[in-house]
Amino acid sequence: MSGTEYLRVSDLHAFYGESHILHGIDFTVRKGECISLLGRNGAGRTTTLRAIMGLTGKRTGSIMLNGREVINMASHRIAQLGVGYCPEERGIYSSLSCEENLLLPPQVGSGGMSLDELYEMFPNLKERRNSQGTRLSGGEQQMLAMARILRTGAKLLLLDEISEGLAPVIVQKLGEIIRTLKERDYTIVLVEQNFRFAAPLADRMFVVEHGQIAAEIAQHELQDKLPYLQEMLGV
Amino acid sequence: MTDFFGVPLPALFGQLVLGLVNGSFYAVLSLGLAVIFGMLNIINFAHGALYMMGALFTWMFMEYLGIGYWWSLVLAPLSVGIIGIAIERLLLQWLYKLDHLYGLLLTFGLALILEGFFRHLYGVAGQPYSIPDELSGAINLGFMFLPKYRAWIIFASLAVCLVTWYVIEKTRLGAYLRAATENPALTQAFGINVPLMVMLTYGFGVGLAGLAGVLAAPATQVGPLMGSNLIITVFAVVVIGGMGSILGSILTGLGLGLIEGLTKVFYPEASATVVFIIMAIVLMFRPAGLFGREK
Ligand SMILES: Nc1ncnc2c1ncn2[C@@H]1O[C@H](COP(=O)(O)OP(=O)(O)OP(=O)(O)O)[C@@H](O)[C@H]1O
Ligand SMILES: [Mg+2]
Repeated sequence: MSGTEYLRVSDLHAFYGESHILHGIDFTVRKGECISLLGRNGAGRTTTLRAIMGLTGKRTGSIMLNGREVINMASHRIAQLGVGYCPEERGIYSSLSCEENLLLPPQVGSGGMSLDELYEMFPNLKERRNSQGTRLSGGEQQMLAMARILRTGAKLLLLDEISEGLAPVIVQKLGEIIRTLKERDYTIVLVEQNFRFAAPLADRMFVVEHGQIAAEIAQHELQDKLPYLQEMLGV
Repeated sequence: MTDFFGVPLPALFGQLVLGLVNGSFYAVLSLGLAVIFGMLNIINFAHGALYMMGALFTWMFMEYLGIGYWWSLVLAPLSVGIIGIAIERLLLQWLYKLDHLYGLLLTFGLALILEGFFRHLYGVAGQPYSIPDELSGAINLGFMFLPKYRAWIIFASLAVCLVTWYVIEKTRLGAYLRAATENPALTQAFGINVPLMVMLTYGFGVGLAGLAGVLAAPATQVGPLMGSNLIITVFAVVVIGGMGSILGSILTGLGLGLIEGLTKVFYPEASATVVFIIMAIVLMFRPAGLFGREK
């Protein structure tokens, strides 16, 4: 694994109003790599993704995206550089139908999946295409949140808890999708509570604690570090 | 049969048409307010003043530049829209994160300044503006004479409302608008330039007010106070219809215009207050308005 660096986050601090949440996050992701941010509830993983997207309050430090500094960019400019974000709360719009939700994010790169491909991958969404977005079940909303960023051609995917609350078959399918995306040279940051889902997919894992990176574990070290991880994650 | 409960039919129809004309203005103005409120979270009290400016620009274009009605129909709303964009960039954009009250106070102050300015220039008396030749005269419908200009106001307003509704509810641009109204931060994180859309939405919303002003110019006296007289009723319409529903504000506007017209026929004493009485009743039973969603 010697790919070029695609995302470098250094000394990232982020605030919500007065609360200082991230205290100097450091990590890098190489092109075509899948990394996972693990950690206990409230550790700051969601905030890390939101800070990369420009969705928190004040941020300091550096976020290099494909060689460009984006820390001071407005979030639509960051997205336009080819970043797709699947938020933890899903963010399905109630004023849009399922299909309108799916078609909402504009193209930010080439090679995104077509609507037909996506419907083949998620047949539920095809069935519910005309339903109001928030009338979909929790699991369907989750598929929708994932599907809608696969259309855009974004090459860096920030995925927050995409396996949460889904049936095992669907989780398995998501795993396959992530693998396919990796083969297609997508760069992926997986924020996961579900260690068993993330472990086989991630090339490297970072443990986040109190708004900092507490440990980095490569795929081949996984077996040795399992007890440590279990303690850190409280599983 | 030539009368209905003692009211001659032509008079009744005449009042209904007038009611629809007023309703058309209510619809176009409250539509603009609803679109602006949805996107900017601002109750635009300057709406009446911008409507007045639409009418006054129409008159000024004619008076000073010899530009006629049809060109004004495009140029006046455009000018008002551009002024709106300047207002949004210079003033409103700093208020989005604050309580509605700040936007309301700011736009209220703005309305006073704009009205004061034009009052200073032209005094309070209204200026006449003549109906364009193509639209003067009346059509004989058999049971009544329909003045062409009134028919035009109703037709043009309905067309503008329906097109706006269609764009917002049925097109891709409309999906962006609805998304940005519902969750601006996430919508921006998908790569949509939400601040730009907010700016253009305000420009469009007040442009609608400007358009209503052009339509009103030949139908009333064009003067600095024409907006403040109308806008109070329009706000009552918005309260009745409920903020944030596009179709709701259109239907409520037309409906209330009709009710007002009928009241003028059957109980003229109440015609100036009937809208406010309805508002009080609606507020008692549906505080969010007829079409509004409770938060
Ligand atoms: N909008 C906010 N305002 C203030 N504090 C916040 C906000 N959102 C999150 N926090 C705080 O930031 C800290 C990190 O939260 P974050 O959502 O990043 O955690 P997480 O690692 O994603 O955990 P989880 O497993 O619960 O999703 C928490 O202590 C939380 O209380
Ligand atoms: Mg989280």
